[in-house]
Amino acid sequence: MTLSVSVQHHFGGFTLDASFEAPAGVTALFGSSGSGKTTLVNAVSGLLRPDQARVEVGGRLLCDTEKGLCLPPHKRRVGYVFQEARLFPHLTVRQNLHYGRWFSKTRGSDAEESRLVEMLGIGALLDRRPGALSGGEKQRVAIGRALLSQPLMLLMDEPLAALDEARKAEILPYLERLRDDTDIPILYVSHSVAEVARLATTVVLLDKGKVLKTGPTEEVMSDPALAPAIGLREAGSVLSATVVTHHDDGLTELAAAGAKLFLPRIGGNPGDHVRVRIHANDVMLSLDPPGRVSALNTLPGTVTSIRTGGGPGAMVQMQAGDDQILARVTKRSAAALDLKPGTECYAIVKSVSVARADIGAGDQSMAKSDTTT
Amino acid sequence: MDFLSPEEWTAVALSLRVSFWATLVSLPFAIFVAALLARRDFWGKQLLNGIVHLPLILPPVVTGYLLLMTFGRRAPVGAWLYDTLGIVFAFRWTGAALAAGIMGFPLMVRAIRLALEAVDPKLEQAAGTLGASRPWVFVTVTLPLILPGIIAGAILGFAKAMGEFGATITFVSNIPGQTQTLPSAIYTFLQVPGGEASALRLVAVSVSIAMGALILSEVLARRAQKRVSGA
Repeated sequence: MTLSVSVQHHFGGFTLDASFEAPAGVTALFGSSGSGKTTLVNAVSGLLRPDQARVEVGGRLLCDTEKGLCLPPHKRRVGYVFQEARLFPHLTVRQNLHYGRWFSKTRGSDAEESRLVEMLGIGALLDRRPGALSGGEKQRVAIGRALLSQPLMLLMDEPLAALDEARKAEILPYLERLRDDTDIPILYVSHSVAEVARLATTVVLLDKGKVLKTGPTEEVMSDPALAPAIGLREAGSVLSATVVTHHDDGLTELAAAGAKLFLPRIGGNPGDHVRVRIHANDVMLSLDPPGRVSALNTLPGTVTSIRTGGGPGAMVQMQAGDDQILARVTKRSAAALDLKPGTECYAIVKSVSVARADIGAGDQSMAKSDTTT
Repeated sequence: MDFLSPEEWTAVALSLRVSFWATLVSLPFAIFVAALLARRDFWGKQLLNGIVHLPLILPPVVTGYLLLMTFGRRAPVGAWLYDTLGIVFAFRWTGAALAAGIMGFPLMVRAIRLALEAVDPKLEQAAGTLGASRPWVFVTVTLPLILPGIIAGAILGFAKAMGEFGATITFVSNIPGQTQTLPSAIYTFLQVPGGEASALRLVAVSVSIAMGALILSEVLARRAQKRVSGA
């Protein structure tokens, strides 16, 4: 099922003009605050009535202002998970979960419900009221409530933003399982690169109300032209890697970017796919194969583009195997090394973090692993 | 009951009946008007707000006289009601209930409006995305959340109705068994020599009913509040 969205809306000097397609899986609406992410999601949900819009999901037209059609929220069958859980305080967890069922014509099976309750780990909470739940528990119930309303798509507006790191780590595995278990499009609003790198299949990069780029996560994240919009400190490449083996000295060997990457032990079996993230700031470039350095991870490749801005820095993209790697160096170094497209060089990677582990819950997927020494 | 004479007892029973119906009938209107004032912007909102509050500010005698001019047998509305529906307010207990309801109305609207304004519209939005239409959102989310305010408003309205004197006596007079409510009865007993004992007994009844209502409302509101706060 695919969601296709096209929205134009003006308010208070801000113009939103965005179109994109979201296939099944997680599509991240990514951008800094004020880029129009929430406005866009609200237009999809019907909570906002845009000046002009066309929203269609799986062949079902939800809104087409040209035809004068714009369904109210309750007729759109969207599951909306808000930043704050917005559970109904006067209902128990079970009643909250069943709320959408009172209004939906198609009713999910009890088996499906118990599977979801188990997946979200909220079985023990069913008879409690929302006031007695922790932030993470509330958000899990909110996700369950949205899913049990038999939605055609799931909208998540920074569902983790109000939670601390521990709670985030508690929920992320559930979101990953959700992504892999359902076939409805999930729109995920976020301004966190880490969340996007971990969850998203597709990224829609928004800036000042416009779509800068839509594409697979690896491609969008590794585009040097988009680094300013993503944030220079956060910019970095996202690579697909395969677990090769676990070594006796505590390191895990991954195959990525046409080379080997070593990380402190992560979960998973040889052959499992993981997604790793390399910050552009954590990459050094060398024209010669590095000799006696402590860095374990050096990736040979070819420079594909160099972007410079007003500042002293330069964002260098290089092709290594099938992947792109971003390196942030100074303009001075780029000139000294005479870097230009086609230059063969080596990326010395100071640290790699596992952005996404398709290995199931319980691993330390978000732990940043430093492999410098 | 031995404590009260039949005459006194009649007044008490009538007052309870008048207040009960006054509260029950005006409550839905009060919720509607409160929702209008709290949630909608429309032309004449301030005017409506003013009219609703009028009984609170005007001398009760004036309210009673206005009611008489509107709902009396020969008054425009009163005549129409009698001709088409056969309803008579003037000098009947129903008129006492109307007067009591109107006097308590602003108190009810204020309490319910405050509760409505405290409801987080985000919860109502969430209910909408889960498939609930506007009326259903109101019934399943808004109404339960403002229940403490409704209870408080209803008790206030009831207490006001029990104590209403000026508008009632002006509109429907002071007919024993028909329109002689508790305050009118106390007033009457105080006018006749040797009526102090009766008046005192009725005062005691009046105080206990008022206190009882207050305690009941506290208990109910607290219970509802606990439910609403989700603990």
